[in-house]
Amino acid sequence: MSQAVVAKLKQEFPAAVLNTVEHRGEITVTVNKDDIVTVCTFLRDSAGYNFLCDLCGVDYHGSEPRFMVVYNLYNIETKERLRIKAAVGEDDCCIDTVSGVWSTANWPERECWDMFGIAFKGHPDLRRILMPADWDGYPLRKDYPLQGPNRELYQGRLS
Amino acid sequence: MVVEQQGRACAEVPQGMNPDVLGDNIITASLDKVVNWSRSRSMWPMTFGLACCAIEMMAAGAARHDLDRLGVLFRASPRQADVIIVAGTVTYKMLPVIKTVYEQMPEPKYVIAMGACASSGGVFDTYSVVQGVDAALPVDVYIPGCPPRPEGLLYALIQLQEKIMREKNSFGAAIGVGEVVPG
Repeated sequence: MSQAVVAKLKQEFPAAVLNTVEHRGEITVTVNKDDIVTVCTFLRDSAGYNFLCDLCGVDYHGSEPRFMVVYNLYNIETKERLRIKAAVGEDDCCIDTVSGVWSTANWPERECWDMFGIAFKGHPDLRRILMPADWDGYPLRKDYPLQGPNRELYQGRLS
Repeated sequence: MVVEQQGRACAEVPQGMNPDVLGDNIITASLDKVVNWSRSRSMWPMTFGLACCAIEMMAAGAARHDLDRLGVLFRASPRQADVIIVAGTVTYKMLPVIKTVYEQMPEPKYVIAMGACASSGGVFDTYSVVQGVDAALPVDVYIPGCPPRPEGLLYALIQLQEKIMREKNSFGAAIGVGEVVPG
């Protein structure tokens, strides 16, 4: 069934779908980041993915593009899942918000901004959510020092 | 005139009073002692449960260990509290809240850092965790343990009672004469 959705998606947006991977029954579709809102709107309206379970960021430090934003979708009626990914570069570190598609995306997008510094264009309230408002830096980036920027680098607990 | 009653109470009985009538009903003590005694026997804690230490704190307050028998009654408002028990991991996000609550408590006020996290950051040697709440508050008693057993909290409260009993000029400070000399 999800395969059919992917075929439909490819047919509808041949330029936007970059890659499809199936692993142990889980389907992951990588899409162009500029088309994320149209793809998500299509998946919600025409494929029944009416629930955004989670939205998160990944830092592939050292490779280009550096970041990936991952959308885990769920179809409540058919109980099917679909994962959408969109690559985001470090220089142009932003992507369109999907909070207009699923309003539940509001807080996960804030978290993603807080932890990775990926900006969501058009977000209604893009503030930090986990860290204090005056915090500097993005803690879940791979090059962020574990003990914070003001401490010596971690040398091992017993050294 | 000094009266010896049942071999223990030694009291100055004022002139003209009959010691046989007064019996055990009069004791004399310094005002500091009275103030310290009443304060240390009614330490109402502001609960600040932040992690698993809060579960042990609740256990200490429940039937088996029963903190009420020490006069320790948990209060949900800092305005009614004498001691703040910081029980758990303090993050930088939470630190301003703790400071505000501490500042809202009336004097005299005391701080107990319960558990490894509140005392030193514990295992969370990371960017988001305060490495000991003593960076912001004047801690009176530290409790080791991860989390400490209720007995640990009981012992800390008794230590704090003894510390309060050692204070000097508590009465004077209360009526506006001088400062308290900490115990």
